[in-house]
Amino acid sequence: MLIKFTGGTVYDPLNGVNGEVRDIYAQDGRIVATPPPGARVDAEYALNGRVVMAGAIDPHSHIGGGKVTIGRMLLPEDHQGHEVSRTELMRSGCGHAVPSTMTTGYRYAEMGYTAAFEPAMLPANARQAHLEMGDTPMIDKGAFVMLGNDDFFLRALAGKKDFSFIKDYIAWTMHAAQALAVKIVNPGGISAFKFNQRKMDLDEKHVFYGLTPRDIILTLARGMKELGVPHPIHIHGCNLGVPGSMDSTLATIRGAEGLPLHLTHIQFHSYGTEGDMKFSSGAPQIAELLNQTPNVSIDIGQIMFGQTCTASGDSMRQYGNTKSSNPKKWVVMDIECDNGCGVVPMKYRDKSYVNALQWAIGLELFLLVNDPWRIFLTTDHPNGAPFYYYPHLIRLLMDRTFRNEMLEKLHPGAQAATILKTLNREYSLYEIAIMTRAGPAKSLGLRDRGHLGAGAVADITVYEDNAQDREAMFKTPLFVFKNGEQIVKNGKVVKVVAGATHVVRPDYDKGIEKTLREYFDRYHTVKLDNFRLSDQEIVDSNCGHTGGECGCVIVQPSGPRIS
Amino acid sequence: MTNWTQAQAPGNPPKSNAITDVACPFCGLVCDDLELARDEKGLHVTKNGCEKAVAGFERNVDGAKPQIEGRDVDLATAIQAATALIRKSSLPLYGGLGTDVNGIRSVMALADKSGGVVDHALSEGQYRNFRVLQTTGWIMTTLTETRNRADVIIVVGTDIQKLHPRFFERIVNVEASLLSETPAKRTVIFIGKGLDQSAVKGPRIGEIVTLPCDLDRVGEIVGALSAEIRGTPSSADSVAGVPAADIRALVERLKSAAYPVFVWAPPGLNFPNADLVVSAVSDLVKELNVKWRAAGLALGGNEGAISAGAVSSWQSGYPLRVSFASGKPDYDFLRYAIPRMIANGEGDLLVWLASFTPDLGPPATKIPTIVLGTPGIKLASPPAVFIPVGTPGADHGGRIIRVDNVVSLPLRDLGRSKLPKASDIFGAIELAL
Repeated sequence: MLIKFTGGTVYDPLNGVNGEVRDIYAQDGRIVATPPPGARVDAEYALNGRVVMAGAIDPHSHIGGGKVTIGRMLLPEDHQGHEVSRTELMRSGCGHAVPSTMTTGYRYAEMGYTAAFEPAMLPANARQAHLEMGDTPMIDKGAFVMLGNDDFFLRALAGKKDFSFIKDYIAWTMHAAQALAVKIVNPGGISAFKFNQRKMDLDEKHVFYGLTPRDIILTLARGMKELGVPHPIHIHGCNLGVPGSMDSTLATIRGAEGLPLHLTHIQFHSYGTEGDMKFSSGAPQIAELLNQTPNVSIDIGQIMFGQTCTASGDSMRQYGNTKSSNPKKWVVMDIECDNGCGVVPMKYRDKSYVNALQWAIGLELFLLVNDPWRIFLTTDHPNGAPFYYYPHLIRLLMDRTFRNEMLEKLHPGAQAATILKTLNREYSLYEIAIMTRAGPAKSLGLRDRGHLGAGAVADITVYEDNAQDREAMFKTPLFVFKNGEQIVKNGKVVKVVAGATHVVRPDYDKGIEKTLREYFDRYHTVKLDNFRLSDQEIVDSNCGHTGGECGCVIVQPSGPRIS
Repeated sequence: MTNWTQAQAPGNPPKSNAITDVACPFCGLVCDDLELARDEKGLHVTKNGCEKAVAGFERNVDGAKPQIEGRDVDLATAIQAATALIRKSSLPLYGGLGTDVNGIRSVMALADKSGGVVDHALSEGQYRNFRVLQTTGWIMTTLTETRNRADVIIVVGTDIQKLHPRFFERIVNVEASLLSETPAKRTVIFIGKGLDQSAVKGPRIGEIVTLPCDLDRVGEIVGALSAEIRGTPSSADSVAGVPAADIRALVERLKSAAYPVFVWAPPGLNFPNADLVVSAVSDLVKELNVKWRAAGLALGGNEGAISAGAVSSWQSGYPLRVSFASGKPDYDFLRYAIPRMIANGEGDLLVWLASFTPDLGPPATKIPTIVLGTPGIKLASPPAVFIPVGTPGADHGGRIIRVDNVVSLPLRDLGRSKLPKASDIFGAIELAL
């Protein structure tokens, strides 16, 4: 099957293509440079004047796992009025703050996305996370496994175990939980909360293990690098949501010791304590430091106004955030000597000083950080806002007039406390393509995703160009192709497909299983071999294929392991 | 398709024909340290089995045939008859739902397509929890966390032993703790009289304290504890027959504990408005957490109830009691309770699935009934269609979510029989509709 996309205006940053009119060929699901001589074109799409990009990639979206489903159970009233009917093609569901799994898949595709990654998979909950992602059709998936609050890791680090042992454990966990990357949430803080510590600064010691968040971050950052995992350690830092959190964020960036770090939903960690309200923007200082620190990347976690539900592994900070819970119901859990979670509904209001300033801080960061390759577009779905606000967010970034109109509707105190109005930057389509495709693909190590060069998977999104209303443009793509198949037309699903699950499998010494097996037998309530997820479990969930055309489990290459 | 659960027994090399590290689906704890053996007579639980495991694994399921109105037929004919009934039905009720994750997935798909209602047989108990979750939320913990870190276990008004025969052995009286080489003994407190304490014994068990009130009055004790902690104590000399001094003494214990865990099993709180007890315990745990740490641990979840609630939630947004009759999920936990619907003559077909224990028979009803059941399932009269199905974790592989709603476990195909999977039957019906 050879498809020709003729005459579209192509934005493909990984191949340096910035708005050039080009023809693209896809054969049997992959992009080819030129068709084989004499090959017959089976289908042709005339795309003159239209914008062509690779399928978009969301590198941080809570789409699968226990805490998301707790959020679903917690808020029946939020689903009501947002139920979605079954169609000939699609299953029914619901979709507002925390959409059901199938609806999540359909909506991502209808918005031009062909992949989304669950950033907080607890090892203890990995099987369920993959089950839920298996029930999320249309898009490719993958998950970052949470380490650094689990007893085994903290014990090994506190006991000064050999670093190769710790790396073996990290790699083993990535294999067992079927992960693409590793995340650390409130380093040591989730565990410390179990011992009744209520805050953890970067250099504050855990009362039981005697470790600091700095120790944990550096160990995992070095671990990722030396294991050859493409994505740097994905850090949900200290002090989420706390006024003054900018200090620990700045200290974390400064303390990276040149190691690659990714700071996620940095908006929630960029608050100062200036002004009458003791709540101010730390975005200028953080952006300035980031601009000088090429080893650190970020995503924003932009908030939008309205009802949503925050779902995080950070039980310590989420317990603190229950004060702002709206409606007043929430769940906090301590989990398996492994991790924790906190699910707290939030209603961000444009007339609230704090919420309005949070909105402005996110946008300040977007506009002040210079290098679009190191900043990814996220709302930390559903924590800042549901993912389907992305088209609106793109318009805020691309259209200064629109942005300032929105700003003028906000709490006047927040308007006075932000420099947003002085920021004239407008993102270009090329920069949007970097932030939503090329950058995340490169950072996550998805070599054949996020670009339109020869060999890439034919995940392609085509938009009607609309300079007047970028929101409308990005909300309703003309076509979306997944593996060369048309799955969306005029913003509506026309074919339901299953997505693949991406994993990375760094090398480890199998000898660690002996220690782990004894540990599981002695302390846990699950046996080591029942803890581990097989490929077939994911295949069963995704599509029933054992590989091949939809590539159920795709092992992305890792670099060489150092010692 | 490769069967990933077809068991090469994992773990240490098995002795002779022992099958090790077997996960048991016959209660919500899903213990996975069982050892079984198989001979010509069937499966035998050789290690770590409780009475539920023995009854569940060792049952003879051979010889059961699909039936239409009590007459044996082949499987294809039974599936055809079931399909015809579902096609004809304007409101099928999908009940029982004793199955694993793949089973409930297949029920959800079929209910969505046929415009039916989904509800688990044990929803009444589960809803004592769900109502509180949906009203105020809570602070909870899990089995491994409790096993290693709880120093005081407070059992609230439920007979845990009856529902989960290995709870005290696996979670409370355990030799090791991650916190200490020489872990201290644990205090176990029972709120309510007549609760089975026979398994609360062994080297890790310290003091056992009982506040002997009637079970339907445990909420009053819990409320009095909360009031003490908030600093607004009751002036009464006793609460629900328990002297105020004993309540104050318990409060002092809770305040000085490192990690007290309050355990209840909603199916055991079997009296009117028992959700208010769950609510009171959740409030008490929240009060304690203002200064100290404490958590709740809800048990129950037998017959695959946790998997059913979770899958229904992630696929539809709602934890069961959902109707798809309008084409979209419509949620009402009173209106779409299948026992109420049957009693009121709502629905025109009952589709009942019970693949774990034979006790989970369908309710008596005049409407036609399709039963996908484990052989020997209790039936008041022959249903319109009966299809014997395998038990996930004995007759075929699968996955199940454990009672703490966090951990899920693989269930292995132990080769007990060749009975079909419920998910395959429902899948075939859905395709044929």
